[in-house]
Amino acid sequence: MVMIVGLEEENKEIESNMRELARGLLKEKKVDVIIGYKKGTLPMMSQPIIIDKEEDVDKLLWNNTCYVNLAKYLVPRVAKFVDPEKGNLKVGVVAKGCVGRALIHLASENRINLDEITIIGIPCNGVINRQRIEMEIGEKEILEVTASGNNIVVKGKNFEKEFPFDEYMNELCKQCKIRSPPLVSKFPDLHVGACEEYASIVDEFDDIAEFEAKSPEEKWAYIQDALSVCTRCYACREACPMCYCNLCFVDQNKPIWFGKTTDMPDIIVYHLIRAMHMAGRCVACGACSLVCPMGIDLNFINRKLEKIVKQRFDFTSGLDPDTLPPMTDFKMEDAEEFMLEED
Amino acid sequence: MTEQAIEKQTESEKWEPKIIAFLCNWCSYAGADLAGVSRIQYPPNIRIVRVPCSGRINAYFIIKSLTDGWDGVVVSGCHPGDCHYISGNLVARRRFAILKELLEFFGIEPGRVNFMWASAAEGERFAVLIRKATEIVKKLGPNKKFEKKW
Repeated sequence: MVMIVGLEEENKEIESNMRELARGLLKEKKVDVIIGYKKGTLPMMSQPIIIDKEEDVDKLLWNNTCYVNLAKYLVPRVAKFVDPEKGNLKVGVVAKGCVGRALIHLASENRINLDEITIIGIPCNGVINRQRIEMEIGEKEILEVTASGNNIVVKGKNFEKEFPFDEYMNELCKQCKIRSPPLVSKFPDLHVGACEEYASIVDEFDDIAEFEAKSPEEKWAYIQDALSVCTRCYACREACPMCYCNLCFVDQNKPIWFGKTTDMPDIIVYHLIRAMHMAGRCVACGACSLVCPMGIDLNFINRKLEKIVKQRFDFTSGLDPDTLPPMTDFKMEDAEEFMLEED
Repeated sequence: MTEQAIEKQTESEKWEPKIIAFLCNWCSYAGADLAGVSRIQYPPNIRIVRVPCSGRINAYFIIKSLTDGWDGVVVSGCHPGDCHYISGNLVARRRFAILKELLEFFGIEPGRVNFMWASAAEGERFAVLIRKATEIVKKLGPNKKFEKKW
């Protein structure tokens, strides 16, 4: 095995292997289009790209700024990849762990057909928490971002700063247990680097234990403080691969369920219901937090959902396309310790 | 104590919670009816909304009730296995479990939302549980968290 010395080298190796694989797939006509990442227009950013020609393969990119969950481009609300002559196109997706999970979960909800999709598996080592770095840099403009060893080097006019990657990783990536797409054995020749097989996940949920121990008043104060900056732009909804309803409850106007203002109660209700809808479906990609223009960290809510679902229903989303998601299923012997009972 | 303070105190003592109760048509609504017919006393704080099944109850209903200023919410359905629609209450139970934990996580007192089972033959149980729920909500005081400040 090749010894890998740093982030940059690791990413470069994955990137070149991914390009080779993509080139091969396009050449052999196993896929018609490939959805991947390309360099963004700003430093520390990447953007999605859809390629259908072999010569475009070199545009594909892989580094620690690839935060978009590409499964979003395959959900029903977005236009399908259709050719007027060939019919449905075969799609290849560059998938890190959470993209793979999202695809598998969407398949379990019968939204997509996994047989029509080629998953190009990539072992991911986490995504940079862009907002946090930007916050620490402040007003200064970031011109270049590179990686050296395990540090992220941010360069701009008259300044250069190093951030340890392990600390400046997105919060959910720090807790991530599924770094490459599940079901590796099903697609053995379609992954790059060291992809593992995940049979079951062990998670202690230590990161939210501190918050859970607080009193209701403290929790309420924290939630209010964290969400008070929300402008209800719904970027979190748009980035989420699981939000594919044709009509979201916040857009519904017959009846108008909940207020559309940015008053505190309305914000809380939005996030409460959003969380409710994510229960047992969130694949922990962290895209909702990373796209938030106000830098709200929604990860702790998502972690709580993961915990509830794991402990109550022993379910981890996106591992098996044949297991029913917990909210569409039920068991006679489900726990009901929360029900009101006579003394 | 000033006169105003005394007036205020008596007012807060006088305060009675308003609780919205979603009862399923087949069991709990009939149970409430039985409690009434059997002349079993239970607090008059609940206002009943009849729904076809506890599975009909969306989390929207409960959260909307809280934002609209109800001090508490009671949801009642048939006992597991007795659902008129075979499995409506089992689906609802999973939903309630998650909603209850989420509310708690957001710092909203979990006692504001109470779930219970009561069959059509359990008028006494219905009255007891409503009494209990009313007491819990009374202890929590008025629901002010969703009040809009202008």
